[in-house]
Amino acid sequence: MRLTIDHRTTYRFTAPQGRVVQLLRMTPRNTHDQTVAAWDINIDCDARLREHRDGFGNITTMLYAEGPLSGIEISVSGEVVTSSSSGVLHGTFEPLPAALFLRSTPATHAEPALAAFAQAATVGRAPIAALHALNAAVHERFTLVDGRPEAGLTVTAAFARETATARDLAQMFVAAARAAGFPARYVTGYCDALPNGRPTPHGWADAWVEGLGWVGFDPTLGRSPEAHHVRVAVALDAAGCSPVAGSRLGEGREWLDVEVQVSGQD
Amino acid sequence: MGTAAFDEIMGASSVDGARPELRDLCRWLADTPDGELRRRQQSAETTFRQLGITFAVYGESEAGERIIPFDIVPRVFLADEWARLSEGLVQRVEAINAFLVDIYGDQKILRDGVLPADLILGNAQFRPEIAGIRPPHDVWAHICGIDLVRTGPDDFFVLEDNARTPSGVSYMLENREAMVRLCPELFSKFRVAAVDSYPDRLLETMRSVAPRGCGGPRPTCVVLTPGHYNSAYYEHSFLADSMGVELVEAADLVVDDDVVYMRTIDGRVRVDVIYRRVDDDYLDPLVFRPDSMLGVPGLIAAYAAGNVAILNAPGNGIADDKAIYSYMPEIVKYYSGSDARLPNVETYRCREPQALKYVLDHLDQLVVKLVDGSGGYGMLVGPTASSAEIERFRAALVAAPERYIAQPTLALSTVPTLVEQGVAPRHVDFRPFVLTGAKGVQVVPGGLTRVALREGSLVVNSSQGGGTKDSFVLMDEPHGMTQTMGNMTQTLGQGQR
Repeated sequence: MRLTIDHRTTYRFTAPQGRVVQLLRMTPRNTHDQTVAAWDINIDCDARLREHRDGFGNITTMLYAEGPLSGIEISVSGEVVTSSSSGVLHGTFEPLPAALFLRSTPATHAEPALAAFAQAATVGRAPIAALHALNAAVHERFTLVDGRPEAGLTVTAAFARETATARDLAQMFVAAARAAGFPARYVTGYCDALPNGRPTPHGWADAWVEGLGWVGFDPTLGRSPEAHHVRVAVALDAAGCSPVAGSRLGEGREWLDVEVQVSGQD
Repeated sequence: MGTAAFDEIMGASSVDGARPELRDLCRWLADTPDGELRRRQQSAETTFRQLGITFAVYGESEAGERIIPFDIVPRVFLADEWARLSEGLVQRVEAINAFLVDIYGDQKILRDGVLPADLILGNAQFRPEIAGIRPPHDVWAHICGIDLVRTGPDDFFVLEDNARTPSGVSYMLENREAMVRLCPELFSKFRVAAVDSYPDRLLETMRSVAPRGCGGPRPTCVVLTPGHYNSAYYEHSFLADSMGVELVEAADLVVDDDVVYMRTIDGRVRVDVIYRRVDDDYLDPLVFRPDSMLGVPGLIAAYAAGNVAILNAPGNGIADDKAIYSYMPEIVKYYSGSDARLPNVETYRCREPQALKYVLDHLDQLVVKLVDGSGGYGMLVGPTASSAEIERFRAALVAAPERYIAQPTLALSTVPTLVEQGVAPRHVDFRPFVLTGAKGVQVVPGGLTRVALREGSLVVNSSQGGGTKDSFVLMDEPHGMTQTMGNMTQTLGQGQR
């Protein structure tokens, strides 16, 4: 497939800012199943950009802009050609051992209820079947809601609810998979096959299966990602690979607006 | 257990008289009336109070700051003892550095099965965010304060490898200054290696690790402090002052285009080397603590780009973590190719079931520590603990064994110390400071001696009633110059490479 992506992130400030420094995780890498044909990051003000690679292997961009700034808009556009290997990842850049991703974070610490849920979904199954069963169980247990995920919501709090955003589904899958002994991580990116709602940046998960490697699981869809997904960044949880980590020097509050359009052609 | 302890001045037992090399010190102690010793000690403490060398005790509600008690009787290392100790320290610090290079790089030590991988990968002190970054000149552990205890003339054991932001060096320097002023006669009796060049050595270390291609032979160095509420703020400002560099807080630094600048009244000045006394978590909110507004946004990017050196390197906590400590003999051997010259204190890893069983059966004989505790908190000293305390630790150990390690109580050495009843032996530990720059490792001939002022106590932490002493390192070469001859003296450690 050829996926065309437009992703606009707009910050508006209630008071002018002296300067803005942001860390962007907005650039996909090539893998066996995804070829980045074109990719651009544009900023609506005079900003200096520097490209880096973080410890997880993600491509990051440092953004430095001097004020006074009443807002800043980051426009990402690109084209990615994808194929599918049934969710199994090939050719991803992996600087860290998979076992690192057994580690939990404050947001993904599995309390007994979630661990028991993971146990019930996976018990007695071979690894890959267990993970597919877990993915289906997470998918079925919650009603998907659109809209921006609640900042700082832990998997424990999310698990107690009946509705969940894509981010929370993916974080719960990650926490549950780890509780069942599988290294797992959060993935950010884009998808053109999301059910009904407004297009947003998407989040799903990878889990490690010994002998097979990393395998993608998208609990929003209840199946593994295929040619409809473009991977951008991975980390231990959603906050660790959020598209923007920002800081600003100035008073007042900020308003964030995110618009994503993803269109796919076979 | 105090009866079996090695006294560093008096020898194995006080009835034998002083160790021959230290007879003069013993005579000095005998000849100087206690009242005079006490007067000098009070004079030193008055100075410390005026200088503001105070610390805040965590957990105490009143904001009052205390000074750490100073003891007027020095502790003395003979030249050959020091030479051997230095070799062990150099080997240890070189291994710590090699370990950090490896663990944030190729991780050969894990692939070779020397350490259990989960011990590193599951450890919060291993920071994946900065994996793959190579610090300028591949130096990670620039300033180490290796905590040691001693049980005999050449029997030292490492208690803790402090490879993050070890403090206490200002006490080494201020204690020496007080001793030179108050007890000048000791410096004519003994050839004591000077420590007053420490700030110069530190600055030289900082400059040596400046990124290649930075602004010429005089890179701009700064000391980064969390601010004057920090308990070690005196030391931060003292070191910046003595080195003649700026003391900055995070808000004074800005990163632009992956370069660090300090704001000054004349505009931005590029910064090449940062001696930070700020924890990793508060270095860069974009990388470590997104919820924190503290820190310097972009600092890690500047560091990753090779545009600034950070002392000590972010991520060093994995090298001095208590859970890693028990593997240090293996780590030293793996990287240096020979056995560790400085042994660890024997350590039971309670995460291992057999060790846990032993510990639970011998709680009254062991010291039990939290793997992630510090400053003497969360610690059980079995031989002096009440049975209620022991039972409390037993329950905690059973509930979360992986959080604890246990060690036998050693017969820590003693040094004569001025206490209310006169001069009496008290247990001590030792923190020498080891500097690593681009040109190698050097051991400063001195350090911080902490003394447990309560009779029989083994807890030397300042928060738990500990004090400090000056630490003399004797020189044997006749051409050496003594401290009283001022700045010309320089023997910075036999460990110098």
